[in-house]
Amino acid sequence: MTNTSEQILDIKKIRKDFPILSREINGKPLVYFDNAATSQTPTQVIDCIVDYYENKNANIHRGVHSLSQIATDAYEGAREKVRAHFNAEFAHEIILTAGTTHSINLVANGYASILKPEDEILVSAMEHHSNIVPWQMLCQKTGSKLKVIPMSHKGELEMDTYKELLNENTKLVFVNHVSNALGTINPVKEIIDLAHAVGAKVLIDGAQSAPHIKADVQALDVDYYTVSAHKICGPTGVGMLYGKEDLLNMLPPYQGGGEMISEVTFEKTTYAGLPHKFEAGTPNISGGIAFGAALDYMNTIGFDAIAAYEMELLKYATSEIEKIEGVEIYGTTPDRKTAVLSFNIEGLHPYDIGTLLDKMGIAVRTGHHCAQPIMEFYKIPGTVRASFSFYNTKEEIDSFITALKKAKSMLL
Amino acid sequence: MSSIQERQEEIIEEFSMFEDWMQRYEYMIELGKSLPIIDEKHKIEENIIKGCQSKVWVYAEMDDDQVNYTADSDAIITKGIIAILIRVFSGQKPEDVMNADTSFIDEIGLKEHLSPTRANGLVSMIKQMKMYAIAYNSQQQNKA
Repeated sequence: MTNTSEQILDIKKIRKDFPILSREINGKPLVYFDNAATSQTPTQVIDCIVDYYENKNANIHRGVHSLSQIATDAYEGAREKVRAHFNAEFAHEIILTAGTTHSINLVANGYASILKPEDEILVSAMEHHSNIVPWQMLCQKTGSKLKVIPMSHKGELEMDTYKELLNENTKLVFVNHVSNALGTINPVKEIIDLAHAVGAKVLIDGAQSAPHIKADVQALDVDYYTVSAHKICGPTGVGMLYGKEDLLNMLPPYQGGGEMISEVTFEKTTYAGLPHKFEAGTPNISGGIAFGAALDYMNTIGFDAIAAYEMELLKYATSEIEKIEGVEIYGTTPDRKTAVLSFNIEGLHPYDIGTLLDKMGIAVRTGHHCAQPIMEFYKIPGTVRASFSFYNTKEEIDSFITALKKAKSMLL
Repeated sequence: MSSIQERQEEIIEEFSMFEDWMQRYEYMIELGKSLPIIDEKHKIEENIIKGCQSKVWVYAEMDDDQVNYTADSDAIITKGIIAILIRVFSGQKPEDVMNADTSFIDEIGLKEHLSPTRANGLVSMIKQMKMYAIAYNSQQQNKA
């Protein structure tokens, strides 16, 4: 790396934390550039999961025995870490879920009994399917209208149209903080303030922003914010829904079962308070605790340093890839973008490029990235997406560029 | 007229001459480029198999007692594999296509492309080719 980058992060030391980075794929050293799909897991987080099963495993919140108390303390300790990281006012505003998709469905389901046919819901044109489909299902149930905030060719939301779409019937607005397919960072604070001015509530999908941006839910004044742990060095199958206390109290429970009740008779059940009302059944205990460990790990490195370093990687990769003839990059908002490089090479199909890169040990994502409306917008079958993390290096980008040139020469 | 088995063995032998993955893929890319393109009139929604990663079109016609396939894909490597499958199955009796296995694909080192989780449309394409064979076979039997 350049001197500046070395000053930002001690990459050699960081890479040693990730055992998977030293493995080979198809006989070549793994170059992992599919971080927007899932991040790799450091030893600190893996050890936390092992430690849980070796030393703490018990069901939580209900045992009188010591081990149950130890597990409960660890789990609730993790919730507190998540609260502190996102600066929520109360720990009970943090619902530990199975991940972003689960979080969004929880909210969408809750609004099914609240919305009326005249109500309107706005979603952005650059949403992941998981932030489109639940709202379509909700609209089918309630008769409410789903409207779309359009995007420009550069991959930015058209804020003027957004303002025009907002009216007193707008009840909910759903936008991702960062687009998974393009990497665009959306102006969420402005989106939230404008929505609040007409009385609408806002859910921000933070799945793609969480690895790069430390969101402050109180400063944003956001109503709901969702995150998946596996995108931020944590395990799969766990994530969070942040919701403002009064809004979470208003929403009906999503699933019924153990843990979420206060009192049950066959005539009537009284629900438990927050957060347990939304956490039916035995949760992913080890996952929740490891989610906390993942946040600890990333905070030790520091989000400012992570963002600065990843921006350098993105700038370097962008300048190198632009030297290849026929490359088109999607999402060209240079100063408001995370380290995602979504591109095509003229005349080549993303699947072919991805297949050949894989043969050379390079993991990228190809296809529509679960964001078919974006592909439809650009009239393309998909893109190749290289997404960088703080443990990637400039040398890996060099290998990627060399492999990309090789793939191009084989295919053309 | 060589049988499905003979054609598969031919292909296995051809692929055995390649020393590395790169030669194998270069050959497949060549095959993909030379694949007879499906007639535009058959390149319609009805004949499309949508994978998450690439699209495949497949169409079949009977010529005497043999079934002939034409196909296309928007991805060239997918097309290369289609070319191999067409070479094996086109011009065969529907009954033989119905009962054929495709394990030779594993032997030529392309197994990964036929994984059901790959979502490139190929697994569904083979299924579709066999469906055509089953349909034509029952047509023949009805005539007889």
